[in-house]
Amino acid sequence: MPKSEGELTWKDLEIGAIVTEPGNASQYKTGDWRSQKPVHDFDRCIKCGLCQIFCPEGCIEQNPDGYFDANLYYCKGCGICARECWTKVITMVEEE
Amino acid sequence: MAKRVGMEVSVAVAETAKLANVDVVAAYPITPQTHIVEHLAELVADGELDAEYIPVESEHSAMSACLGASAVGARTFTATAGQGLELMHEVLYIASSMRLPVVMTVVNRALSAPLSVWGDHSDAMAVRDTGWIQIFVENGQEAVDNVICAFRFAEDRRVLLPVMIHLDGFHLSHMIEPLFLPEPSKVDQFIPPYEYPLPLNPEKPVAMGDFGPPIIYSEAKWAQEVNLRAAKKVIIQCWKEFGKLFHRHYSPVESYHSEDAAVLLLTMGSFSETAAMAIDKMRTEGKSVGQVKLRLWRPFPFEEFRKAVKNAEVLVVLDRALSFGGPGGPVCSEIRSALYAQEKKPKVVSFVGGLGGRDITMAGFEEIICKGIEVAQKGSTREFEIFGVRE
Repeated sequence: MPKSEGELTWKDLEIGAIVTEPGNASQYKTGDWRSQKPVHDFDRCIKCGLCQIFCPEGCIEQNPDGYFDANLYYCKGCGICARECWTKVITMVEEE
Repeated sequence: MAKRVGMEVSVAVAETAKLANVDVVAAYPITPQTHIVEHLAELVADGELDAEYIPVESEHSAMSACLGASAVGARTFTATAGQGLELMHEVLYIASSMRLPVVMTVVNRALSAPLSVWGDHSDAMAVRDTGWIQIFVENGQEAVDNVICAFRFAEDRRVLLPVMIHLDGFHLSHMIEPLFLPEPSKVDQFIPPYEYPLPLNPEKPVAMGDFGPPIIYSEAKWAQEVNLRAAKKVIIQCWKEFGKLFHRHYSPVESYHSEDAAVLLLTMGSFSETAAMAIDKMRTEGKSVGQVKLRLWRPFPFEEFRKAVKNAEVLVVLDRALSFGGPGGPVCSEIRSALYAQEKKPKVVSFVGGLGGRDITMAGFEEIICKGIEVAQKGSTREFEIFGVRE
């Protein structure tokens, strides 16, 4: 199990903090920047995918039932999906 | 045996870069540049040096191009001076943080305004904290020798840091001096081929200068600090081996008649030679004076410096730059903090002089030493004094 960012010491870094593992930005959690999270009422969803197109973080994916859902590991809680949704599926609620 | 030649120091530095077989030179050829890059351009154009010469549109771009070249594993050299160094400023930090061993000679010049292209250390002091290894040389021979050494220790796996060789504008850069250019075969023997351990290579991709959030930035900076401090050992070792092969010897701090002297004068760069002549004269008159020359500026050689001044009663420091509104000359304020916690230490007196190319003669150095002794005895209401300023 590799160390998480918070466990890395200076000795664990490559020279010049060079990143040698391509694509590891996906490990970076941006979800903890959030102060509000999207809550979905999928009964209203028409699966148009507009929320996915507008999401600046690219964190919205279709779930096994075909509904568009946000990955909260990355979602920064900007609320753009809630504003753009035609059918008012998404409500932004305060994080506890 | 290498032959002694008479050569302009800037041209000699360019010839040395050729001897080191540089792969890439990126430079911006306009005032305040010097003959260093001009001569390198000639060497490449004439087919005497097989290297890429990239004429860029600014000094900022010159250093940026050097980073790219160094990152793919090319031996990279550039030169700049004065305002040009300041325009490079932000990229200097990136070179050291990404651990790219670019070698750069800096011809030290004053900064505007008023417009000046003459020599002093204002440009060097403004880049003090950029994380580069920095060496001040005293004459043309030292410039040549240290450019050779710079490639070797910059590219050493234990170091991998960029190096600035500071040489005084005009007093060195435009002087024709007698000097030895080392034999090419010996230089080849001394500098092993450059192999960057994690180069930019599409076969094995890496990302350099990446995003460093708060959770990792401190660790990255501490790694850089530990590395720069540890470089001192490698630099000293490199100088020793250079001495064995070329019979010229260098050290982080050079003491000149300082062992028994009650009063020491600390100098950097080309002024050290004139100051040494003043020391000679004063010693023949029976005065207990000596000199300390600070060659390695970064990493600062604390141990060697403290040892060199430990028996002195007065230490007069001559800066060639101002720290406006600060505690004195920038070198002097570091000297003071290096000594502050020592039980036995000399009284430190700060002078600033030689600004914007103003000469200090032998008699001038005598005067500085005598005034320094007076200030040490009687005290002064000023943090420092500009030597020779008309008030």
